[in-house]
Formats: sequence, structure tokens, C-alpha cells
Amino acid sequence: MKLIFERSVEGYYNEMISPCDVPTTALPEEMKRQKELHLPSLPQPEISRHYTELADATFGINNGFYPLGSCTMKYNPKINDEMATYPAFASIHPLQPEHTVQGSLEVFTMTEMLLKEITGMNAITFQPAAGAHGEFTSLLMIKAYHKKHGQPQRNKIIVPDSAHGTNPASVAMTGMITVNIPSDNYGCVDIEALRAAVGEDTAGLMLTNPNTAGIFDKNILEITKIVHDAGGLNYYDGANLNAIMGVARPGDMGFDIIHLNLHKTFSTPHGGGGPGSGAVGCKSLLKPFLPDYYPVKKGAEIGFTRPVNSIGLVKGFYGQFSVFLRALTYILFLGSEGISSASKSAVLNANYMLHELKDIFEVPYGESCMHEFVISLDKLKKETGVTALDIAKGILDHHMYPPTMYFPLTVPEALMVEPPETESKERMDDAIAVYRKLYEDAHKNPEAFHEYPLHAQIHRVDEVRAARHPIVRYDFALENNE
Amino acid sequence: MTKAMELKFSKSHEWVLFDGDKVKIGLSDYAQDQLGDIVFIDLPDEGDDVTKGESFADIESVKAVSEAYSPITATVTAVNEELLDSPELINSAPLESWLIEVEGVDEIEDLLSAEEYKKFCEEAEEA
Amino acid sequence: MGNYLGSTPQQQQEMLRTIGLKNMSDLYQDIPKEMIIKNLAIPAGKSEFEVRRILEKMGKKNKVFSSIFRGAGAYNHYIPAIVKQISAKEEFMTSYTPYQPEISQGLLQSIFEYQTMICEITGMDATNASVYDGATAAAEAINMCLEKKRLKVLISETTNPMTIQTALTYFSSREIEFVMIPEKDGLTDLSVLKEKLDDTSACFIVQQPNYYGGIEPVEVIAEMVHEAKAKFIMSVNPVASTVLKTAGEVEADIAVGDSQPFGIPLAFGGPYIGFIATKEKMIRKLPGRIAGETVDEAGDRAFVLTLQAREQHIRREKAASNICSNQALCALTNAVYMSTMGARGIQEVAEQCYSKAHYLLDGLTQIKGVKRTNDSPFFHEFVTTFPVANEVVLAKLEEHDILGGYPTEQGLLWCVTEMNTKEQIDEVVALVKEACGQ
Repeated sequence: MKLIFERSVEGYYNEMISPCDVPTTALPEEMKRQKELHLPSLPQPEISRHYTELADATFGINNGFYPLGSCTMKYNPKINDEMATYPAFASIHPLQPEHTVQGSLEVFTMTEMLLKEITGMNAITFQPAAGAHGEFTSLLMIKAYHKKHGQPQRNKIIVPDSAHGTNPASVAMTGMITVNIPSDNYGCVDIEALRAAVGEDTAGLMLTNPNTAGIFDKNILEITKIVHDAGGLNYYDGANLNAIMGVARPGDMGFDIIHLNLHKTFSTPHGGGGPGSGAVGCKSLLKPFLPDYYPVKKGAEIGFTRPVNSIGLVKGFYGQFSVFLRALTYILFLGSEGISSASKSAVLNANYMLHELKDIFEVPYGESCMHEFVISLDKLKKETGVTALDIAKGILDHHMYPPTMYFPLTVPEALMVEPPETESKERMDDAIAVYRKLYEDAHKNPEAFHEYPLHAQIHRVDEVRAARHPIVRYDFALENNE
Repeated sequence: MTKAMELKFSKSHEWVLFDGDKVKIGLSDYAQDQLGDIVFIDLPDEGDDVTKGESFADIESVKAVSEAYSPITATVTAVNEELLDSPELINSAPLESWLIEVEGVDEIEDLLSAEEYKKFCEEAEEA
Repeated sequence: MGNYLGSTPQQQQEMLRTIGLKNMSDLYQDIPKEMIIKNLAIPAGKSEFEVRRILEKMGKKNKVFSSIFRGAGAYNHYIPAIVKQISAKEEFMTSYTPYQPEISQGLLQSIFEYQTMICEITGMDATNASVYDGATAAAEAINMCLEKKRLKVLISETTNPMTIQTALTYFSSREIEFVMIPEKDGLTDLSVLKEKLDDTSACFIVQQPNYYGGIEPVEVIAEMVHEAKAKFIMSVNPVASTVLKTAGEVEADIAVGDSQPFGIPLAFGGPYIGFIATKEKMIRKLPGRIAGETVDEAGDRAFVLTLQAREQHIRREKAASNICSNQALCALTNAVYMSTMGARGIQEVAEQCYSKAHYLLDGLTQIKGVKRTNDSPFFHEFVTTFPVANEVVLAKLEEHDILGGYPTEQGLLWCVTEMNTKEQIDEVVALVKEACGQ
């Protein structure tokens, strides 16, 4: 495919704005940009075709089965998008006086009310822009809490080794120290290791439940109690909420603070990698530490307030407004029954697929799961030389997106499969057939796998070259020199 | 081959070459094989201190980052700048590609001879 | 009850039977009984029609102004129809991070094109696939400049207060010292800056144009900062960068900013989109995702997420930043905007912003008692004071559906863009004159 710069021809101008209708004032020469500005120059019909070509070479949920474990690739409802582009919401300047934005502020308070009930928390902030940002915000709040309560020595956060990479990275960003504890054979917290790890310097525990292996940790109440007894707080990574939304609440499991991935559990679009929304919920004890711009209803009007011990701002303005507006639309549509039906169906889907695959693939975490499951291709690799990567590349040739590869790190040659509730039985049966066929082919013709995919847009890429000699932009100078 | 014979090895897979006061440190062939194609290396600056048993450099391959550990406590006097532009040299010629040169040696870890190291690696493979 | 379930109730029963279970609740045997929610106290589900009505009713509680003269970090620019349509394409909206390059070339190429355009706008060599917003971009840039012996961060007080606040929050829990450089006559006080820069300074951040609209003497600042061997971070308005000296031209080390002006609606503050661009030598310090060019096994050009070893999923606690998601769809929107407008189009926008802002100031200062707070050169924002309270002026404008300048301690911070017609500007002047009792 040609780059848009390679399609450009000098001289096009798309008449988007009217000519200047006031006297022109000239910028002083010494302040002017001297460097030439190279941006595309194309007529609208060609811009349209260029992006159609790019869209055709992009695989979205609308294209096919997308069981990316840990990402909850559920259908993105169109009514959500319509509400987000509704001018009454889209044209509002963030610095308008509060009495002119009561509608937008109500989006905050209504979504908060719904999410509070779903998660068992006492307050929700929408400022964090994504899950990792929500983790960072939560950790800052935990640290501030301990400092306020005269316990600044509490600077250790306990993280299971099966955790998503953002967990320890977020801890590092706050200046705290990660204490890794091993998981047991089911990816669950090793209780004895946890007991040994807590102490006077424990700030808290970061946990996902169900965990990254798709297993619900039965000992959850004991785990959170151990941390509380040691004076720490419990943080819930909400990436896997789609397993239990409406069925169980993190607030009832002993968690004090959580983050949600609205772009996972609550159907807002993934957008090719963002924008997400990492709303953070907390119990009353942490409310005073929430970020600034927390909307509160005072009498008839809603206004922004700054919590008394606020950690400040984690970004500009108030959050990814159009994103959580979509989440609100979704929750209103689904309602109390729809919310729990969604998660139950997600768990059923995952168990169904696991059941139909467990006879041939290794299942390190048992024969039942929550909303996602992990299979290991380690034995397959040892027998045939075909790896998880090879199988994933093989799946690409069947017009499906592969599962997540090599996560969690605790399982060798892992593939993590998550078929959300919006996947039909037909789609899952097709995928099961493909995975089974690839397994057979791996035994019959392993060599072929190293060439897969054969029918995708490109063959496998040279990642080493991309990393050794990074080219991250088009070089206009090259075209001029020739 | 005399070059390989003079090198000593650490259990964390670095080689050490003593040349009077100066000491050069690099990565063993086993190490580069385990790391895969190296895409980037982050070396310390001249004048920095390195400490026995602690990491002194980050080595990036496409999908992972590993650390090189110093078997010696000393001060860096030279850094192999060629590796910053061509990290692939570590893969193609590991025993010639020194990472850092140090002086003022304070402590040294117990090092293995080439023979002992070879055996150590074989045992690690079997485990 | 609304739902998007892929299977019918019958198919669900079939699947339950296949796995040997009777009811849906059997799926949750591992969860202690007392934890299972008995009654989820949220309203019952509704039809799509009803949901639409509820939200439209909510939207009516907002006031949509017919003209906007307010900026202060969120700018009202024209968004071409094609920009909205293309960024609404399902493939772009519903795909996720392109970790499988073989079927994501379209998305990866769009990121590569976006990266190229941001480099062109800022005059820098390298950038990433975007970060959350301008404020967090500044915080991440500070992180790139910290060194063992350089932990002091200098920030100009003429920077957007939200950027300053965010930076303070980001580093509140680490041993970083922040030094605020005061404002003088609408710009950074250079004599204080010179005094405060020393060999423990990691970096200095200034916004161009600054929060009050002033055009800062960035060439002089760059020299001063580099003399102290510190890094210069320039937070730029992308529209202004098409006509003002770029961060690259003045030798800034890092350019950051928010490209919301490029096709992103105001939407009550988000999602917006941040960029961090830098010189070649600092490319490996950039946080977040980066699309790179390479070849595939057949030798054809291909794009892939590269330099991943810097990121959280590999480095974990050693990662410089925890950032995972970017603002992908917003980046695509930016790219379509920049392609549709072209260099000439955005420069036209910039020139109109400049002329119209100066035209408004001329009109306002002809009113007795209305003064600008300083004489610094400005781009498209400036601050004025009045012989009456800010609120009186704003109330008068609001009656006529006009959102006036943002009330700051110093006065009203006005912003004028290509969206403001001569007629609208003249109307503002007339109404302000009335509000001032003349």
C-alpha cells in the first residue's frame, strides 16, 4: 500500500474554511517558522480511498472472531457512538460555567451511581485515561492514605508474578517497590507466601480476580484479610470484571480501591489501541484522596469539588468524557438483568470452548474457568517444534484474530482465549474447528507452520531490523534527493 | 585458541579478561545465544562505578530485556561505543565484543576457567 | 432488558449441557455463596429508544453556545465532515492494538503516517503513537530527562495550570524538586530562569504560545537551558507550530503538546490526545507504543510495533513508564485532519487565528477602561481587564449565546479561532461595550 505521502501531489487545497474576513495582521518575521511543512496534499476523493484501503487492511471486531484474552473484545454498540457524537455533548467546552453543563455533569454522577452499585464501591472518578493510568492513580491514593495516617514507611506493593506488566510498572512510577509473590499451580495467590510477605512496610496488594489465568481465587476473603490485618490496602485490577459483573462485587471481596477498563468490560470501542477509560472506584476511606474535579450534587446543581486530601490531577480536565458517556449508554440499555446476563454468558462461552479443546491442548489451570482460559502449547512445541506463535500465525489464515500470545508469563507457550458474550455459538464452533485442525496439521506438517501466515496482508516481519534501526517516520528528504 | 583460554567466566555468563591493571568484561557465547538477536545495549558512562553482583548494562532483544552483571567492583574507564551502533556484534563475535573496561578493581567474584564454564553450561542445559 | 448476546437462550442451554452443567449459576461454584449478588440495585434494562430519550433529555440540560471565544487548553476549530466519517469506520473503531502485524498493516501504517505528520508539525525527528493528553505528555517528557544527579525540574508559571498540576501529581511521590519560574509582563521571567538553572537541573518546560497567549522567546530560552546542560521541553500548540518557529528549529530536546485542535471535538474535556516528539538521539527514551518500518520475509515494506522492549509488558517494574493504551482513534482523527487540511490549510487556520485575535483586541481596547494585562506578542489568546467585574461581561455575552473569555485571576482570557466570524467578533465588542456601561 502506498503511504499517503507517496500519493501526494503538490497543489491541492480543500476548501474547508472561508477566507479571512478581518484585516490581516502579519506575524513578525523573526518569529516565523522557516522549516518547510510537509503534510499530505490530496483531493478528498483520494483521501477517502486511501483510508478505505487502510481500513480494509485492519481487522476489527466487526471483521470476525476476536478472542484476545484479557482484552474483552465485545461488540461496540452503535447507539453508544451516536450518543457520544450528539452535539449537546460533543460541542461543550470543558471550561463552560457549571450551570451550562449540568447535562454533562449528570453523565458523571449517573455513571458513578451505576458503577458504584456494580462494583461495591463508594465513589468513582473518571479522570484516569486508561487502565494503567487508573492503576497509577489508585497507587498514588494508597500512598497518600498511608502518609496521611502517619505510616510513610509503607512503600511495598505485593504483586503476584502472574500480573499484567502494567502492575509493577505502575508501582515503580509511584516510587514504591514491587514485591513479587509466586502463584500456585492454578495461578492463585500462594497464601503462605503472602503471609510471609506482609509486614509493617506493606502499602497494599494488587490483584486481579478472576486472575490472569481466568481462575477465580476462592481464598479471596482470606487474602484481603491478611493484607488488612497487616495494615495494608487492597487494590483490584478490573481488567477481568467481565467474568463477574453483576454476579459478584470487588467491594464485597475486601477490595478498597479498583480500576475499571471501560473499553473492555463496558463496551466502549478499542479504537485501534485507545482511547480507553480507566475509571477508579474506592471505598469511603480513600474518598478524600480522589483526584480533583470530583462532581458532587449540591442542592439542585452538580458542581466540581476538590476532595480534601486530593492527590491533584492525573491529567488535564476531567477524563475521557465521550468514552464513559458510551459506557453509561451501555449500562442503561443492559440494566440490572442485562449486566449479569452478559458476564454469565461470557463465562459460559469460555467454558464451552475450553471443554471442546481440552482433550488435545494442555490446560494448565484445570478444566473449568471464568471468562477466559489459558492453553499451553509447550508439549506441542517439544513434540513438533510448532510454537504458540506459529499456531497464532496459522489462525490468521482463517480470517480470525488469534488469542493473546505468551501471557501470563507463568505459562510457557501460552495462548489466552477470551470469547466475550457477544460471540455466537457458530463463531466459537468455527474457531474450535480451526484450532483443532491446526493442532493436527502441526503433527502432520510442522515445517509449514514457520511460513504462516500465507494469505494475510504480509508475511512475518523482521522485528529485529525494526528494533535495531528504527524508522518511525517517512523521510521527505529522500524523495527530494532522487 | 589462546584468546579463549585467557578469559575467565562468571556464573551469570559474562567473560572477564585481565590485562595488567585494566580489565575488560563481555558476554559469553552461551549468553548471546540465550538472548537471541540483540537490538540495543545500554552501557554505563566512563567514570561510573560498577559493583560485584550488580547489573551494569541492559541488553534488549526484540521481546525481552536482560541485564549484564558485573563480577567485579571497579570504575569504568572505557565503553565499547561500537556496540551502541552495532549491537549485533555481540551475537556474531561475543568473545571479541567487550562491553566495558574497568580499573581500580576492588572485589572480584569467584570466576571459572573456560573449561569449568563449559561444564557449568552443559549442566545448566541438562537441568 | 437490552442485550448484545451472541447466542440464543436455547443455544446457551445446549452449551450448558455440553459442559455438564444445569444452570448458569453453576458456572460460579468457585465463588463463596455469600458473595453472590442477590439484587443488583440499578434500573432495569431499557429499549434503545428509551435510552436515547434519557440521554437526549440529559443533553438538553447543557447549553451549546453559538460562538466560543474561550480556549485555555481546549480549542474550537472546524472539523471537516470527512474527518468524522473516516474516523468512524468500524475497522478503525473496533480493532485493538496491532500486535499481529500481518493483519494490521492498515492500522500500523496509519500510525506511521500520524507519527510522520507530528514530526513535521513539531520539527522533530521521532515521536510515538500518542499519549493521553498534553498534560501527561509533559509529565512523561520530564521523566525522560531525569538523571541520577539531575532531579530538579524547572517550569514556567506561564504554563497551563493543569499541566503544572499534573506534573506535580506525577512526581509527588518521588524525590523530585520543582522550581517555578515566575511570569513577568506576560512571559517567562528570564533573569529568574538564568539564576535557577544549575548543574542539578534536569529540564525546563515552557509552553509556546503560553497559557496567556504570549509568544515566548524560545531561542534565548533554549540557549540558556543548554548552557546549564539541562534539557529543554517545549509544550507547543500544534496549530501555532505551523507558522511559528518550531521546537525543532529552536533546538528543543523534546516537544510535547495536545493535538485536540486537529479534528477532535471539545466534548467537555476528552478524549484529547498528547504527543511527545524528540530528536533522534532520545528515541529509545520515548514511552509508549511506536510504529516502525521494516520488511517482511518476502522483502516487502511492512510496519510493526517496535522498540517494545522499552514497554511495561516486557520491562515490568523497570519500565520507565506504565503506559499501555494510547489515544489511537484520536491519532487517526488527527492524521485525517492534517491530510484534509494540508499544510496550506492549517497555516491558513493559524493565520486567521492570529489576525482575528488581534482584530478582537483592537476592538476591545477601544472601549474605555478595557486594557490588555501586558504588551507581550501573542498568538490567538490574550487577557484583558474591564472597568466592571468579569462576571458582568460574561453574563451579558451569555445572554446572547456567546461564551466569552475564560475568567482567570488576571482577567478574561480570550481565544479567537477561524470559527469566529467578523460579525461575531464585532458583536462581542458591542456587547462588552454595553456591559461596561457605555
